[in-house]
Amino acid sequence: MANAPATKVFVPSDTSARSLGADRVADAIAAEARKRGAPVEIVRNGSRGLYWLEPLVEVEVGGERRAYGPVAPEDVPALFAAGFLTGGKHALALGATEAIPYLKKQTRLTFARVGVIDPLSLEDYRAHGGYRGLANALKMTGEKIVAAVTDSGLRGRGGAAFPTGIKWKTVLATPAEQKYVVCNADEGDSGTFADRMIMESDPYVLIEGMTIAGLAVGATRGFVYIRFEYPQAIATMRAAIERATAAGFLGDNIQGGKGSFHLEVREAAGAYICGEETSLLESLEGKRGMVRYRPPLPAVKGLFAKPTVVNNVLSFATVPIVLDKGAEFYKNYGVGRSRGTLTIQLAGNVKRGGLIEVPFGAPLRAILEDFGGGSATGRPIRAVQAGGPLGAYVHPSQFDTPLDYEQFAGLGAMIGHGGLVAFDDTVDMGEQARFAMEFCAIESCGKCTPCRIGAVRGVEVIDRIRAGVDETANLALLKELCDTMVSGSLCALGGMAPFPVLSVLKHFPEDLRSSAAT
Amino acid sequence: MTSAEQKQAQEIRRLAEAKAAEPGALLPILHAIQDQVGYVPESAVPIVAEVLNLSRADVHGVLTFYHLFRTHPPGQHVVYLCRAEACQSMGARALERYARDKLGVDFHETTADGRFTLEPVYCLGNCACSPAVMVDETVYGRVTPERLDEILA
Repeated sequence: MANAPATKVFVPSDTSARSLGADRVADAIAAEARKRGAPVEIVRNGSRGLYWLEPLVEVEVGGERRAYGPVAPEDVPALFAAGFLTGGKHALALGATEAIPYLKKQTRLTFARVGVIDPLSLEDYRAHGGYRGLANALKMTGEKIVAAVTDSGLRGRGGAAFPTGIKWKTVLATPAEQKYVVCNADEGDSGTFADRMIMESDPYVLIEGMTIAGLAVGATRGFVYIRFEYPQAIATMRAAIERATAAGFLGDNIQGGKGSFHLEVREAAGAYICGEETSLLESLEGKRGMVRYRPPLPAVKGLFAKPTVVNNVLSFATVPIVLDKGAEFYKNYGVGRSRGTLTIQLAGNVKRGGLIEVPFGAPLRAILEDFGGGSATGRPIRAVQAGGPLGAYVHPSQFDTPLDYEQFAGLGAMIGHGGLVAFDDTVDMGEQARFAMEFCAIESCGKCTPCRIGAVRGVEVIDRIRAGVDETANLALLKELCDTMVSGSLCALGGMAPFPVLSVLKHFPEDLRSSAAT
Repeated sequence: MTSAEQKQAQEIRRLAEAKAAEPGALLPILHAIQDQVGYVPESAVPIVAEVLNLSRADVHGVLTFYHLFRTHPPGQHVVYLCRAEACQSMGARALERYARDKLGVDFHETTADGRFTLEPVYCLGNCACSPAVMVDETVYGRVTPERLDEILA
């Protein structure tokens, strides 16, 4: 008995899992195990991203992970009684975790380790393929690393979908005594949490990707700019950087070689616009997050006027697998110009929300229905906002559209960072249109008139329409205002805030009438 | 200046000087001051400006640009309610009305008993478990009015 090996029990420490009580579940399991004298080792892993099942508890039985969920603290004694430590039958038993259809149907490349490993364990990370990409990169020239990333077809996963290799090539080609690598971890779009998951559940993959970027372009300093609304991601990344440095994966003479890369976390301060890359750089420089004119591109004149790689968390997190398994491997997933996998975050009014990593090209309907199970309320899904607050509301008649950058652009919609927010038929689309303008007004950096003033006027015009004041004239005015903001704004905040509004005008016009306002 | 004000000024100067050599130091300094003091007092502006060799207008400009920084002391706890789309889709507007009514304050205000300051936030990354609320640094998901009562008890 005393020598019985401890059973590994996994309880996620991911923010969403904790927001649903995972910490109390972990405490309850520890207490019950002590009470029964059962040797248990609790591992606080990341979340698998099957959020309707959280807190999802896994038990390692014969080397296989078995899942139970959603577990409440009150369920714990009965779970023990049912023999869950050996995978016993219970109402909450889900079988082998990786056989759960929602997970089995995915292609987890970027998210391969999320939920599997202990986030801060370097040993776990390396046992699951971590730092193999870096090992290869350390033997390559900068040009060769850039070529691999270019050949993989990787496009920026932040939202702009710009080919990552081309960006890196520009930085490599620009001479300077100091260059920088900056990670945009200001994941501000509603409906997105993939960056948060990577930072909390597989922090080393981000560190590895940024280090490879540094080696590729000749940058020796890096910053991870994380939104303040993600306190756990900030803490986890700081701890991971400390450990990676101690293990010789960061700092000078990486892994005993000549490469050097110093990485630091910087906390943002609640400005959505600082998710725009030039505004982010201004913020890192200690200034107001005002948007810069481009050219010059940050790749040429970026942080402190030096050549800078700015990429999203997922872009960096995908680099290690490209350097490990090769460009062809990654490129072989996907369709057309959208290569590799798309990380969808299914959110809002859905029955089964979560993280869905699949090759590009799956129809939106498959995500909403096969994965999502329809709405959480059981009512019909009336609209889906794709790509965050600057994204169009997609109408059910468009749900068969494949999730591919170009196909969605063809709809006047966008994939962006991959967030999908579902609304059921109780939604007031006029209210949603108003919020698009309201949010723009709150978050505008103030530099350009079309955004700074346009958003405020947008709210006013929509309020007049909803109050039945000069409806026809004001609808025409709203369209003109949207046109001005789209054509005249300095950046995508003012430039795209009209997109959700225009989608309401086009597909849900009945909600932008005075009779619709309650 | 009272002795408490002097002590605070010294502390703020110490926090500013500790980070002054870092690139882009102003934001890390403002974070450090708010973490320590609970807010960034107006009196901090000339001190930080001097340490960083910036104008008071520059420091004031940065301080007031970002939604996180507050220039008045908060309550014992800051309650952030998410107002963004994924939370809207699951009832955040009704939760917001309930919270403002229950606490008797609007956003950016502190309850009369000094316990809670209410703030809006736009996305906590808890979008598949909405509506979401963060109290200080603890995030709560699927928050109903009843759940909010429990959380704020």
